[in-house]
Amino acid sequence: MSVILEAKHIDKYFRKPVLFHVLKDINFQVKKGEFASVMGKSGCGKSTLLYILSTMDTDYDGELFLNNELVTGQDRQYLSYLRNKHIGFVFQFHYLLSEFSVLENVMLPAKKLAEKSLQEIEHDAMERLKTLNIDHLSQKRASRISGGEKQRVAIARALINNPSIIMGDEPTGNLDSQNAENVFNIFERLSNDHGLSLLVVTHDKDFAKKTDRIIQMEDGKIIT
Amino acid sequence: MANWSVILNIAKTHLLTKIKQTSTAALGVTFGIGAYITLVCFMTGLNSMLDDLILNQTPHIHVYNEIEPSKKQPISLYDNVEGSFNVVHSIKPKLSQKKIHNALPIIKYLEENPNVRGALPQIKTQIFYIAGSIELGGNLTGINAIDEANLFNMGDYIVEGSAEDLQNTDNGILLGIGIAEKMSLKVGDRVQLSPINGGIFPLKIVGFYQSGIADLDAIQSFTNIKTVQRILGKANNYITDINVKLYDIEQAIPMSKKIEQQFNLTAMDIKTANAQFETGTTIRNLITYAVSITLLIVAGFGIYNILNMLIYEKMNDIAILKATGFSGKDVQLIFMSQAMIIGFVGGILGLLIGYGLASLIDTIPFQTEALPTVETYPINMNPLFFVIGFSFAMLSTFLAGYLPSKKAKKIDPVNIIRGQ
Repeated sequence: MSVILEAKHIDKYFRKPVLFHVLKDINFQVKKGEFASVMGKSGCGKSTLLYILSTMDTDYDGELFLNNELVTGQDRQYLSYLRNKHIGFVFQFHYLLSEFSVLENVMLPAKKLAEKSLQEIEHDAMERLKTLNIDHLSQKRASRISGGEKQRVAIARALINNPSIIMGDEPTGNLDSQNAENVFNIFERLSNDHGLSLLVVTHDKDFAKKTDRIIQMEDGKIIT
Repeated sequence: MANWSVILNIAKTHLLTKIKQTSTAALGVTFGIGAYITLVCFMTGLNSMLDDLILNQTPHIHVYNEIEPSKKQPISLYDNVEGSFNVVHSIKPKLSQKKIHNALPIIKYLEENPNVRGALPQIKTQIFYIAGSIELGGNLTGINAIDEANLFNMGDYIVEGSAEDLQNTDNGILLGIGIAEKMSLKVGDRVQLSPINGGIFPLKIVGFYQSGIADLDAIQSFTNIKTVQRILGKANNYITDINVKLYDIEQAIPMSKKIEQQFNLTAMDIKTANAQFETGTTIRNLITYAVSITLLIVAGFGIYNILNMLIYEKMNDIAILKATGFSGKDVQLIFMSQAMIIGFVGGILGLLIGYGLASLIDTIPFQTEALPTVETYPINMNPLFFVIGFSFAMLSTFLAGYLPSKKAKKIDPVNIIRGQ
């Protein structure tokens, strides 16, 4: 199976307030269609790792490959393009643009990518919302829907550009068990049915157990 | 990879959902630009009115024969005392004629010059206005009334009668309004004049002259050149002054130098004659611009503040935009375009308000003794002011938007997302 994301010898330091070695020689791969979760105690560096993998944080040593292409050292403009095209994000806090409608929120990354016409984008966005059973909310303002619904909208937005990988930073952390279950099922379906890679940082053991593979971290190192 | 429709759509949504802040910022620009337009139209209107008061009736070059002492005293012609230290006491001016020698050919020559709009002969002389046993001193100027009206706006200062009346009436006089009041004269009456060398000449009053300068109006009168020549008993080539009007006022200085050299006459250019006047105009313009720019800078700071606040409020949005693939530049463009939209809308409204206020001022009556031709407050509605005002609105909002948007560009999404 082809490798979507690969990290080689990643080291990361926090310089403020004191020099602190957060990530120590991280090596791992995420394969196509793999549903991986990253677990570890607070402060072990799992979120930091996720932001490096997401290309948003560029201040690290080592090499990062996305679709076998070296990402490390690219300029920010190109990294933005890569994020837009290949990476979908789901955060703990839903982070929708509250002044826009649900549909516009979902459409935004595709409009930015500008590879399709507006009609196609709208059609795609409605399609994504339908798969997540929230198409009836499409015209509502993002600030007017419930937390579980917001998280599903965020997932729909992450999917709009058919990314290579979806990354989640505690996507169920803020949801009750029923909604968390719901989100997990969506992820699993995406992984199984659509062959999408997922990399999810979580504290939730039950959630992690159900994934294909658990990456356990401690003190800035991967132990399993 | 700017994607304008997306960027403008986001900017529009931000502006519309914060309509109160947006309109406050836009109103700041509106009032700044409105005040600038009003102020500058009014001030330059007033300025040019004051300028016209003096400059319109002033020739660009005034050619005459100056009474002055000889530059070379006879002693300097005497070789024996050359090199020694000579003192000449009680120097007298050189005896010369007042009239310009060969005036008519000179006028003809000047009028052939392509820079010259017109060269008009005048005769200036001192006379007495006689009212019973009282003699009032005054000046009488002989003119070609219609030419003067065409070139030097003489018509603006004739409050009763007209330049044509003077031209067509033999022995007619255009009397200064001050003299008319002193002597209780009306149009159609006769006034008696006496030149310095004696004699009495009755002239018919065809109109009144009011320059707005009371001291001048109390002594100055005009009549035809021929009438003056007759009063003085001179031939019809007796001309004391030539007033030259040019197409380009900047040519006045070199041209006056040339005339002085060529004809051995004194030629005074308008810039030298009215040096203080120009200084006054410059300073008034300076004040106008200082006030206007202050207003616009205040408006600019208003926009700066509001955008800064907006960016703090929108930290999460910025982070999410960056996380989903918008580059720093896209985010900067979003906020820049918000600033520019505020500047554009505010600027256009400001121009309209400025135009409205200036038009309103233009209708307010303003009557003063000193300015017979002015009926309402003067407004100079120059399209250039509108262009300047609008460009300044765009420039100041650009600068006010640039700094906050640069900050938005630099926001690190990781910090925001982790900070929750």
